[in-house]
Amino acid sequence: MTAASPRTAAAAPDTRPGVPIRIEGLTRRYGSVVALDGLDLDIAGGEFLALLGPSGCGKTTALRAIAGFDRPDAGRVLLGDRDVTGVPANKRDAGMVFQAYSLFPNLTVAENVAFGLRVRRRDRAEQRTRAAELLELVGLADRGDRYPHQLSGGQQQRVALARALAVAPKVLLLDEPLSALDAQVRVQLREEIRRIQLELGITTVFVTHDQAEALSVADRVGVMRAGRLEQVAGPDELYERPATAFVAEFVGTMNRLPATLSAGAVELLGVRRPVAGSAPAGAVEALVRPEALVVTAGGPAHVVTRTFSGAVTRLLVALPDGTEVRADLASADSQHLTAGTAVSVVPAERPVLVVPAEPA
Amino acid sequence: MTALAEGVAGAGGVAPDTPVRSGRRGGGAWRFAVLGLLGLYFLIPIAASFWFTVRDRRDGGVTAEFYTGIPGADGFAEAFTRSLILAALTVLLALALMIPTVVLVDLRLPRLRTAVELLTLMPLVVPPIALVVGVRSVLSWAPDYFLGTPLADAFFAIQEPDLPWILVFAYVVLALPFVYRALDAGVHGADLRTLTEAARNLGASWPRVLVSVVLPVLRTSVLNAAFLTLALVLGEFTFANILGFETFPTWILRISGSAPQLSVAVSVLSLLVTWLLLLMISALDRRRGTEETA
Repeated sequence: MTAASPRTAAAAPDTRPGVPIRIEGLTRRYGSVVALDGLDLDIAGGEFLALLGPSGCGKTTALRAIAGFDRPDAGRVLLGDRDVTGVPANKRDAGMVFQAYSLFPNLTVAENVAFGLRVRRRDRAEQRTRAAELLELVGLADRGDRYPHQLSGGQQQRVALARALAVAPKVLLLDEPLSALDAQVRVQLREEIRRIQLELGITTVFVTHDQAEALSVADRVGVMRAGRLEQVAGPDELYERPATAFVAEFVGTMNRLPATLSAGAVELLGVRRPVAGSAPAGAVEALVRPEALVVTAGGPAHVVTRTFSGAVTRLLVALPDGTEVRADLASADSQHLTAGTAVSVVPAERPVLVVPAEPA
Repeated sequence: MTALAEGVAGAGGVAPDTPVRSGRRGGGAWRFAVLGLLGLYFLIPIAASFWFTVRDRRDGGVTAEFYTGIPGADGFAEAFTRSLILAALTVLLALALMIPTVVLVDLRLPRLRTAVELLTLMPLVVPPIALVVGVRSVLSWAPDYFLGTPLADAFFAIQEPDLPWILVFAYVVLALPFVYRALDAGVHGADLRTLTEAARNLGASWPRVLVSVVLPVLRTSVLNAAFLTLALVLGEFTFANILGFETFPTWILRISGSAPQLSVAVSVLSLLVTWLLLLMISALDRRRGTEETA
């Protein structure tokens, strides 16, 4: 997984200073459903922030509130110094790429890209030059005279990105733009989005339910649940030090293991480890990443399945009490741990995150 | 098909198609029989009408005099022009009313969809004769009741024989079921919500969205709606006749007594004109399709 590129890259010579986004106490209800519950969020100029969460967590509602498609019941949205809460969508200067294919079917690719400029009554020569420029940026310079239905899904989303950027918006809003695409195209395009974003230095909000997508491209990731932010942090911190059990389980794979907390240490799988997080002493749940488990041959547990995926191999191991845990090992070190092999499992020597035990 | 090709086709999984296709061939015979019968059902009266209009009764030959006589026929030009103007106004008014309605229901008020659908069905449920009798009673009662007010003048104005607006209003109501259905089909085939939001996001005002995005997307449906309305107005008889206005159909009836061949010739011609319009619209549509795939 590629970590977020360093922010220094945003200071390329042709950048314009990104516009910060500020969200204050944003609340939105649909009948009895609370989509946004007093959401506060500060996004720095030029930052790439991913909003991550399960469906219905309010991430799309938040994005639509920034775009102006959804009037919040309470709260404010600021783009730079400008309060845009009551400003209609067509006056906000926020470029958006949608989940569904959104190109105008009756216009060519170049006309689609130039649409925003046409609306702004820029002269034709400028429209043409700018459209060509943007198509070049997304790698579709030779497709300007095609119609949308002649393009693949990935190409259509590239054009949609070019169209959103053509009017030089203050911020870029991406509403799950990759979710309709094939896995391979998805990875390729997300890297390209990140490259373009860094090149332009434009403040970007990227809504997704795919944690790998969020962690791989964003400067910071905001994990949402029930209309609120659970945690906003850089990808590494989010992965290594999740603030809540929800974040821990939503981001990456997490084993939940029964453990006992006493005297600042946690007893787990028969060994004691230092503790991270907080919980009352006694029975707790330990959250352990698959790569933080050490599996050695011989012991009371046994391997159930072995899944090879290149450099890393994942083992599904059944503990003596029947609990199944996932452990990731370097493939080279695990060739002998085939299904059925007797093994023992212990947590690696590092602090273990604990949360209060939840009633089963 | 060569034996090799047959073998390949069988290996390629095309073989299971063969029995289906032979079954279809049996169905095809029936289909042609039914189509043929239907064709005769439509063609015989038209052919008979045509023969009636070109047969020269005096010397038994063939003549085009009834067709060449149409443009100069007494009252034809006024009645036909009036019908065309009524049709154009009806199309414009019905579309101006229904396009924003259908778009609004689709984007903002999806819960009202069933209500609007039922409402637009009313003209099919209530027979035209009931509608026109109601309209006639109002027209005869209202000017007296509102005498001396601008409303009375308005009631007189919409009954101007040269351009009876009351017919336009009535025809808009009659056209609602067709216009709504044509537009609704178009709206359902397109992701209007995303397209309008994309346009709004790029800075377009609502009127701009309607003209630059919604109308092009609904183009085929708008053409269909316009054509259906045109055909309806050009053929509508009950309202015009009972309210006492002379339109193309009532003119045909008026002259049929004194010039039967001429009236039938006009009918045949109007049939051809309607077909021509239909072909034109589908040609327009097809050209757009080839432009896009070119």
